[in-house]
Amino acid sequence: MTKSYGQVRANRAIDLDVAPNSIHAILGENGAGKSTLMKLIYGVEEPDEGQVLWQGQPVRLTSPAEARRHGIGMVFQHFSLFETLTVVENISLIVPGAKAELARRIRALGQDFGLEVDPLAHVYALSVGERQRVEIIRCLMTEPKLLILDEPTSVLPPQSVGLLFDTLRRLRDTGVSILFISHKLDEIQSICDRATVLRAGQVTGNVDPREHDAHELARMMIGRDMPPPLHAEARPVGEKRLELAGLDHVEDDPFAVSLQGVSLTVHSGEILGIAGISGNGQAELARLISGETRLSDGERDEVRMMEQGVAHLGPAERRALGFAFVPEDRLGRGAVPEMSLADNSLLTAHPLGLLRHGFIDRAKEAAFTAACIKDFDVRTPGPEAEAGALSGGNLQKFIVGREILLKPKLLFVAQPTWGVDIGAATAIRQRLIAMRNDGVAVLVISEELEELFEICDRIQVLHKGRLSPSLDPATTRPEEIGRYMIGAETRPSEVA
Amino acid sequence: MLRLPRFIRRDRASTRMAVLAPLVAVAAAVAVNLILYLVMGKSPAAVFHAMLLEPFLSWASFSEVLLKTGPLLLIAEGLAIGFRAKVFNIGAEGQFILGAIFASAIPVWFPQATGGWIWPAMLILGAIGGALWAAIPAFWRVRLNANEILVTLMMSLIAAQVLNYLLLGPWKDPKGFNFPQSVMFQYDAMVPILIPGTRVNVSLLLALLSAILAWAFMQKSFRGYQFLVGGLAPRAAAYAGFSEARAIWLSLLIGGFAAGLAGAAEVAGPIGQLQRSISTGYGYAAIIVAYLGGLHPIGIVASSLLMALLYIGGDNAMVSADLPIAAVRVFQGSLLVFYLAATTFVRYRLDWGHGTKGAAR
Amino acid sequence: MNGIEFILANMLAAATPFLLAALGELVVERSGVLNLGLEGIMALGAVIAFIIVYHGGGHLAAFVGAGVAGAALSLLFGILALGFRANQVAIGLAIGILGQGLSALIGNSYEALTVTGLAKIPLPGLSSLSVLGGLFTQDIVVWLSLSATLAIWAMFRFSRLGLVIRAVGENPKAAHAIGYPVIALRHGAILFGGAMAGLAGAYAATVYTPLWADGMIAGRGWIALALVVFGTWMTGRVLFGALLFGAVSLGGLAAQAQGVPVNSQLLSSLPYIVTIVVLGIISSNRRLLKINGVASLGEPYER
Repeated sequence: MTKSYGQVRANRAIDLDVAPNSIHAILGENGAGKSTLMKLIYGVEEPDEGQVLWQGQPVRLTSPAEARRHGIGMVFQHFSLFETLTVVENISLIVPGAKAELARRIRALGQDFGLEVDPLAHVYALSVGERQRVEIIRCLMTEPKLLILDEPTSVLPPQSVGLLFDTLRRLRDTGVSILFISHKLDEIQSICDRATVLRAGQVTGNVDPREHDAHELARMMIGRDMPPPLHAEARPVGEKRLELAGLDHVEDDPFAVSLQGVSLTVHSGEILGIAGISGNGQAELARLISGETRLSDGERDEVRMMEQGVAHLGPAERRALGFAFVPEDRLGRGAVPEMSLADNSLLTAHPLGLLRHGFIDRAKEAAFTAACIKDFDVRTPGPEAEAGALSGGNLQKFIVGREILLKPKLLFVAQPTWGVDIGAATAIRQRLIAMRNDGVAVLVISEELEELFEICDRIQVLHKGRLSPSLDPATTRPEEIGRYMIGAETRPSEVA
Repeated sequence: MLRLPRFIRRDRASTRMAVLAPLVAVAAAVAVNLILYLVMGKSPAAVFHAMLLEPFLSWASFSEVLLKTGPLLLIAEGLAIGFRAKVFNIGAEGQFILGAIFASAIPVWFPQATGGWIWPAMLILGAIGGALWAAIPAFWRVRLNANEILVTLMMSLIAAQVLNYLLLGPWKDPKGFNFPQSVMFQYDAMVPILIPGTRVNVSLLLALLSAILAWAFMQKSFRGYQFLVGGLAPRAAAYAGFSEARAIWLSLLIGGFAAGLAGAAEVAGPIGQLQRSISTGYGYAAIIVAYLGGLHPIGIVASSLLMALLYIGGDNAMVSADLPIAAVRVFQGSLLVFYLAATTFVRYRLDWGHGTKGAAR
Repeated sequence: MNGIEFILANMLAAATPFLLAALGELVVERSGVLNLGLEGIMALGAVIAFIIVYHGGGHLAAFVGAGVAGAALSLLFGILALGFRANQVAIGLAIGILGQGLSALIGNSYEALTVTGLAKIPLPGLSSLSVLGGLFTQDIVVWLSLSATLAIWAMFRFSRLGLVIRAVGENPKAAHAIGYPVIALRHGAILFGGAMAGLAGAYAATVYTPLWADGMIAGRGWIALALVVFGTWMTGRVLFGALLFGAVSLGGLAAQAQGVPVNSQLLSSLPYIVTIVVLGIISSNRRLLKINGVASLGEPYER
């Protein structure tokens, strides 16, 4: 199968064979072409060349409805659910039948496969794990013979991964084949009997993952060995750069998570990580720290930076104090896609002499941008390239570079390597450690637990708007973090 | 099998298309409208001549084009600043009317006054009046989160009623045979003529000045950059700490100021009194002028000239080719429609596909 | 007849242009599209309907013609907004300007002419009540419009089509991913909205005030847009808003009937002032807007 989007050859002559009663992995790093392949199999897109054979017969999958008719179901990584509708209403968009009957089947399936969920609940009120269950049940109700799961464990705490795998094994035993897309080698080795490895749009291996070790799989996946885990040696910490003491914040938005009693401190020379499943208040916490959510003047001490109350200040004023921020959304928030990289530098770097009497100094703007591109290895034709044309990893490197060039005292990064290829991800993590070693206070929010274990000095866990106490990654096991993630442990964060 | 073409996004905006688009739009609009005139039983050649050639054939005619360009250019420059920030001021017509009203206050209340200060004071007062009328929608949007498209429009409709009230009531010329109009303004309440022998006055210079100021603001200044970011990616503007409230206030006040100034220049200029007919739709035509100029200060100079040409040409065509004046509005509307379609090609290209591909063989 | 009786007798008819246009736009916006050209589409529907009635075609043909004209103009809007990915605000304004210009051009020789409207149908028993009797004596189009309101409410509440439209409006990417034709659905909604706006204009020019004049829509298309916001995209509330505006727009005539001397320009401005005030009240309740609003409204859809 071959598919291109404009200049980008997303899939090149891919061959794939999924056997019955099998759990088959599609392994590849971000940008390797996994999502495109799944869109082709589920009928969301049609291939430029190539054939699909279903149970021996050639078929043309022109739409997801067509794919479902053949017996192919898909659970999306970023769920395709509608928040303002109930569970039953969401399911009735795909599955015909009266709502009462559907509700009954939802409950039955939930029990059979360990996927309990309330059919009458509105989706916006459900946790991420529950939403995934709705997605899976929705698929099961179309009685698929092939179930595609796109990065299903990225939204689950460690404990729940095991439960999901049990469910998948049960499904396989009832005759459903599973296509499991992931970039996590250990998970694939634990559950899959076959793996097709993609790299840069092509197949680089078709193996039984249990017969190969992690090195070999990694080499097929990224063409070289996995980079060694980074070491951050223990260092003495300095003064407090960021402090939240028992912060409570009720959100206006009914879909948002309110924060309760959040306490955290970040000192100069350390990296604090905030772990947690998405949807537990990370976005809201980020906005309070960045200044996009401002509090009233009287509440200024709810957020303290460099020993000053700043909660009433906006982002630009906080940057003036030495704060820098890399947000989780690159396009549309960290950078303006339709503007050049040079113009994107102005977004936060304008105080660095890029302006003269309120007018833009184009020469200085270009020079700054060129320096950023060079220093941070951003692969792009030049400062005039549009931000939207860069790959995820390169744009992230640019944004991280821009913020680091502000020479901040406090650096806040949300989801530093989300959707980024392994090479760029490693470079970014190395930079964060280098900043820390230089005495910068670094705060990281991430959904990738391994990443936090690799670079953080301390970790706190966010669950339903509440923060856990500080945990030491050297002595804490992922399972314990997992318990905080699902709210099984409820010791609250302390005011320092 | 025949496949409909699809639009595919380009990697990078095409500057070639950005320049071609307005030209293609004008050509397409001319072609389609000429066909329309043919269907209506009018001679397309006669209309074309009257609309697009006649205005250039005599100095008197061309000076009228220049006269009309002034207010269109001024208002459009003001509106474009807001449109780039995605603040949609649709009520320039009402702000124009309020500008005319505020300016008229001086000659109406002090008809015997003389002095060189009168017409500049009228212009300033008119600009303030327009800005005040735009301040209400700004407040409504910033404090009450109300959509400024609807509020500015409603304010325009109210402005027409305010004008009616004044002209039928307190400001009616007692010697005006009961017509809804004010007294004729005294000599000092008129903006000086710029080009002798024509009606073109100093306000044209003000309009050109506004183009230069708008260019400096939009293309070079940091504040203009902030507005652009707010329009392209509001979350990025919030991330950078650019104040949305300030962008909304400034956009609406600048637009209102420009429209009010244009309204003042209109009554202190060619018309010389306050009447109902001062509201000829400049406020709405300026919206088209702004977009047709690509929301770029220099492009707007060209598009305001074109629109003024259409107005004068339309008057000519009414006389020499028997074309109803409403045809000009159709031309204007179709120009904008074609322009918006043509600018798609700046960011997208057409992909005709290669027929069916895939397994069904 | 005193002021109250006057308002009761006429407010349903006065509300009908608002109601028809707003119902159509409600469906369009629920699917995620913002069509600002309502004023122009109503004008076009009005002039087409007027001409057909004037030349003896009868009201049924007039309404059909107006509906078709409205749908055609909004089809152009749809092609540009969805196909050409033009900015929905700009193209909506352009279509509105074009529609008003076309209606003025087509209606050029019919300026200030009149036709006969539709007869009001008295309901047995109800129409002879004192005070309220006038409320139950309405022309057929009023009753049809109220039925349409009920039908649209039922569609959103009970039918799969209503569910799909809501889904498309909330999250078009997800709707596409599960296989629904987002673009086709939005085109369908746009056609429906355009037809309804055409019908609204037809009613205004051939029944409510059976005459044609350039500019006779007088901002009712814009008020219909505001009504969809007031009603927070819910059919029942939009009906209430239309009735309110019907009543308000009669204010001037009712005051005369009652013998109350009020400034005529102030009365003419009343609907616009009320629109601004109510918009302010509803919009400032951000929570309400977030829960009931349409998440993808006006945003261009990229696959």
